[in-house]
Amino acid sequence: MITAERKPIEDLINSVSSCRRILLLGCNECVTVCSAGGRKEVALLSSALQMHFMKEGKPFEIKEITLERQCDPEYVEELVPHIDSADAVLSMACGCGVQEVARRFKDKVVLPAVNTKFMGASERQGVWAERCAGCGDCVLGMTGGVCPIARCSKQLLNGPCGGSTKGKCEVDPDIDCAWQLIWDRLKALGMTEKYEENIPAKDWRTGRGAGPRKIVREDLAS
Amino acid sequence: MENFQPVIVAFCCHYCAYTAADMAGSKRLHYPANVKIIRVPCTGKVSALHMMEALRKGADGVYVAGCLEGDCHFRTGNTRATKRVEYVKKLLDEIGIGGERVEMFSMSAGMGEIFAKTASEFTEKIRRLGPNPARGGKDHPVCVGAGA
Repeated sequence: MITAERKPIEDLINSVSSCRRILLLGCNECVTVCSAGGRKEVALLSSALQMHFMKEGKPFEIKEITLERQCDPEYVEELVPHIDSADAVLSMACGCGVQEVARRFKDKVVLPAVNTKFMGASERQGVWAERCAGCGDCVLGMTGGVCPIARCSKQLLNGPCGGSTKGKCEVDPDIDCAWQLIWDRLKALGMTEKYEENIPAKDWRTGRGAGPRKIVREDLAS
Repeated sequence: MENFQPVIVAFCCHYCAYTAADMAGSKRLHYPANVKIIRVPCTGKVSALHMMEALRKGADGVYVAGCLEGDCHFRTGNTRATKRVEYVKKLLDEIGIGGERVEMFSMSAGMGEIFAKTASEFTEKIRRLGPNPARGGKDHPVCVGAGA
């Protein structure tokens, strides 16, 4: 999933302080799963903002809507009956959702309420960790299912480096050395010969190296 | 301020604090009528939103009363509730309402005296703090949970 974290309340208060009516938008997908911008988080932020402005004696109205997916035009279209009554939109979706709403409603200020972080997985309740960097040319088949691009601090394709100590990364002792994880996994799978294979230098054009990317499926594209 | 009668919402676990309230009643112990009890199956059921909405709708203080550490009927509901109370405290500080308006308490079903003492002390603390600033000087618009 795409993970995100709510921006500090102070920043959000400042961003909407000139508005009288805002549309607070959640998304029912990734940000719901990572507890950053689903229906619950929308309700909680709405409650907090309303209380703050009530305390300040400032008139402030919030309409809460959580779309099925904020990154899909079909769902964003559902906002048409509500958008005019808002001075601005405060979106709790990831950056994709914020941009889709801004693209559809060109005359409306759309503000982000969360900081979009990374593509990750849930390690345990309340903890998410980065797992994929979207490099566009997956090497997981060679690395025992552990990604060296997303999980090695240096993105080494042939690791580990000298900073690996007792399975931990020199950058932060809380970070597992990805190459230690790769070695352990290959050993468990009886595939240590894979470790001997030199992974050639990566062509980063499949990643961000050649600018913003697009996928076009001719069989589906309208 | 002396005449100020705060509205306190208390989310009480069915297995401990709610029964302790019952015990307090059986023992004819007095505690302030300001405390409106909401019975919950476990304090783990109380989300941050329940606490925030109670305050937004007019409560002056909110507390969650759950089982003693290690005694939760559902194993970890009370520890989850403690973390959520801490989260709400921080949020209330950030929006200028003040985190001291929410609190977490622990007690067993037999602690009727503790229930009454907690209710009295928390009510006095909120009385000293004054009305919830989010009420904007209005009378209590909604008495959350009253009669629940």
